[in-house]
Amino acid sequence: MHALAQPESESAWLSPWRRLRRDRIGMISLGVVLAYFAMILAATLDLVSRDWSREVGVPYASPSFLGRQPNPEASPAEGVPRPGGAPPDLSAVDPLAPKYAEWARRTAELKSGEAERAASLPWGGDRWGRDVLDKAIKGSQVSIAVGVAAALCATLIGTLLGAMAGFHGGRADDLLEWVYNVFTSIPGILLVFALAAVLRSGWLGKVFAEGIWMVVIILAVTGWTGMYRLVRAEYLKHRAREYVRAAEAIGASAASRMFAHILPNVSHVILIQLSLLVVAFIKVEVILSFLGLGVPVDMVSWGTMLAEAQTELVIGKWWQLTAATAFMAVFLTAFSMLTDSLRDALDPRLR
Amino acid sequence: MSALLTVSALRVSFRLGTGRTVDAVRGVSFAVPENATLALVGESGSGKTVSAMSILRLLPENAVVDAASRIDYSGENLLTAAPGRLRALRGREISAVFQEPMTSLNPVLSVGAQVAEVLRLHQHIPPRQALERSAELLAEVGFALPKARLKAYPHELSGGEQQRVMIAMAVANEPKLLIADEPTTALDVTVQRQVLELISRLRERRRMSVLFISHDLGLVGELADEVVVMRDGEVRESGPVGRVFNAPRDPYTRALLACRPPLDARPRRLPVIDDFLRGGGVPEGGELRRPEGDGGIVEARDLQKQFRLRTGWFAATVIPAVRAISFRLSRGRTVGLVGESGSGKTTVAMLLMRLLDASGGEVRFAGVDLLRLSPRDVLPFRKRIQVVFQNPYASLNPRFSIGRTLTEPMRIHRLGTDDAGRTERARQLLQRVGMPENSLRRYPHEFSGGQRQRIAIARALAVEPEVLICDEVVSALDVSVQATVLNLLLDLQEERGLAYLFISHDLAVVKYMSDEVLVMREGEVVERGAPEAIYRDPQHEYTRKLLAAIPR
Repeated sequence: MHALAQPESESAWLSPWRRLRRDRIGMISLGVVLAYFAMILAATLDLVSRDWSREVGVPYASPSFLGRQPNPEASPAEGVPRPGGAPPDLSAVDPLAPKYAEWARRTAELKSGEAERAASLPWGGDRWGRDVLDKAIKGSQVSIAVGVAAALCATLIGTLLGAMAGFHGGRADDLLEWVYNVFTSIPGILLVFALAAVLRSGWLGKVFAEGIWMVVIILAVTGWTGMYRLVRAEYLKHRAREYVRAAEAIGASAASRMFAHILPNVSHVILIQLSLLVVAFIKVEVILSFLGLGVPVDMVSWGTMLAEAQTELVIGKWWQLTAATAFMAVFLTAFSMLTDSLRDALDPRLR
Repeated sequence: MSALLTVSALRVSFRLGTGRTVDAVRGVSFAVPENATLALVGESGSGKTVSAMSILRLLPENAVVDAASRIDYSGENLLTAAPGRLRALRGREISAVFQEPMTSLNPVLSVGAQVAEVLRLHQHIPPRQALERSAELLAEVGFALPKARLKAYPHELSGGEQQRVMIAMAVANEPKLLIADEPTTALDVTVQRQVLELISRLRERRRMSVLFISHDLGLVGELADEVVVMRDGEVRESGPVGRVFNAPRDPYTRALLACRPPLDARPRRLPVIDDFLRGGGVPEGGELRRPEGDGGIVEARDLQKQFRLRTGWFAATVIPAVRAISFRLSRGRTVGLVGESGSGKTTVAMLLMRLLDASGGEVRFAGVDLLRLSPRDVLPFRKRIQVVFQNPYASLNPRFSIGRTLTEPMRIHRLGTDDAGRTERARQLLQRVGMPENSLRRYPHEFSGGQRQRIAIARALAVEPEVLICDEVVSALDVSVQATVLNLLLDLQEERGLAYLFISHDLAVVKYMSDEVLVMREGEVVERGAPEAIYRDPQHEYTRKLLAAIPR
């Protein structure tokens, strides 16, 4: 698109923006999504939730707004009872005996101590007393990054291949259809396992180490097929349209016809599928994390939170579940509605 | 003649999303006489279809019918009738045939099943009997082997046959009124004639009334008893057909009658609606003068195209679309190509443009054989030979502003130094084709069909071609808009010395535009010559059929 600088590029982007401005739901969704991105940025810069992994409360600290509640899980577990009576004096035979006095003195110098643990936290605590709200914020960073990045990658792959197959047809289409068939014939979860195994071994394992990039790649490589199929069908339909023929007649190159002429006309399909993919990938990340193939254990995501929430629910600790669900639901709803509004705003026919 | 149905003071408006309303029909009154044909004539947007669909209440959701409007049919007001009563009337006493037979029939049901369904819905007769009756109906609308055709699916029928099935369904329950909404617009001219004759014949035999809707005043002349001319939601003139044709009172009616290209003369300018509405009559301009042909720019020799259809693993059938066609285009002159759909005339255009690869023959352009050039070497020739397509609604990219549409070809061929210069040129082009200044930033959907076709012509001219292929450029336009586009094309040809290849199914239009006419049928040229000679003394039987199909 950059090669085709537009003489009136200002208005080309200004008018969609003006249309989006008039869409109240679209603007609210945009505000929510921007707020999430601001939160993620703050979390990445360690401005908020830096200490999400510190155990600041008692285990399963209850949410502040519930007030103090009985919390049997918080009281320290009864250990093995100490044997009664003073220990026998062994100093005569103990070679370390001279050192004891010094050790005792040095121990006294160190300030030990369990920090004071809060009995309640703003939105409660988890099993180790970590703040659930901090976890949810930090988890947003990981989950949204994974979901959006993977969806963008999958969209890029699916759109490129779909455009190629649909536009050129013939051999290219046959080949890509074959690749598509092979990909979709393998059960999804098996493909994920296989990819995870490949990515973790050998030099690839060093490159991707244990970061979230591995999850992004797994999701993108397994998730492009639906997008491919849709985009291919759209290109098949559009390549025979007269406006594409007209573009060919004035000498527009194949690339220009594919991406400058047809792509804007099929963008609504891509945008809708993109928003569905983001939603789906955030959910799949939950499953992957649950299976231990997701984000590394020293990170937190909505997926890991939901996985933990499973056991907590049994003993009536619902706050981690609600925190993760609320964060996720608000973001996904706003994101879907934003892509909907974006589609309308980008279409000059709908005013 | 007593009236079967009376429409009085009909007002229909449409609610738009933003709380605004648009008036489509503004106080229209007419009466459909019993056992006769009433024609509603007008350009697109004149409200003729909305008026007719109000009768069956088949209007879109956002339509508002004014409470004072009345449509009286055998003593009841159809506008206030209960939905159940309307359902009983539709298809039984009042039925309709629409413009697009291809989309009006259900593609997954056989023809017999669809005709029988109409019978069974309203007459409650057993399936076997309904099928027998369907076969009789198909025979009545002119199918040679009606029993066999019952099992056919819509895609196995041609457009004309599909429209005849639609008519069979419409008359199946012996309706008192048949509403035909542009039933022949999507059909070839010779088929159009057959369908019109069928409708007249059925009307007489069944003693029903027909409400015939068309944009072509000439067409309804032979069919209608009464004519109502509509424009902008109002009735401009109405009366018996002879009176309206011979002594039109309204200038708009006079304009509609005059804007069709005449067969017996070649005026320099075709009259357009505005000439008449401004009070003037037929513009003076004398006869059209044609330049003498010189050596020729493009010479096509033995142009051929076959399509291969794979029918099995190793088998393929070859379908010849164009068989050995030769012609020569010269500066300032026009070669007309006329034929019906499937005759291969559009394929010829595609071959010349290299949008399709030819199977044989050669196209010499300035000494170079276009067909042998590599795709890279074709590019400089794309600048010199341009095309305007049939459907102005499909040939402009809906996502490109008009400015971008017009500057893109200049950018590709590196015409003009910068974007500002190209935009300026685009502005001049728009002015030349008669479009308003502020069109540059607008999008195709904001323009009417005629305006879009002007934009498409401006795009083709943006690269200053020497040859322009006009592929059915006026076929999708109303008769009245046709004249303005044809005038523009003639002006441009005189100004720039363009060579035209003018393709159309309408012999009248081709005759008016061309210096040489090629009549094509099934990929072959069956007759060629000067337009006057072909008109005066057609040699081939097919040419005679085409001539006979032109409405008078």
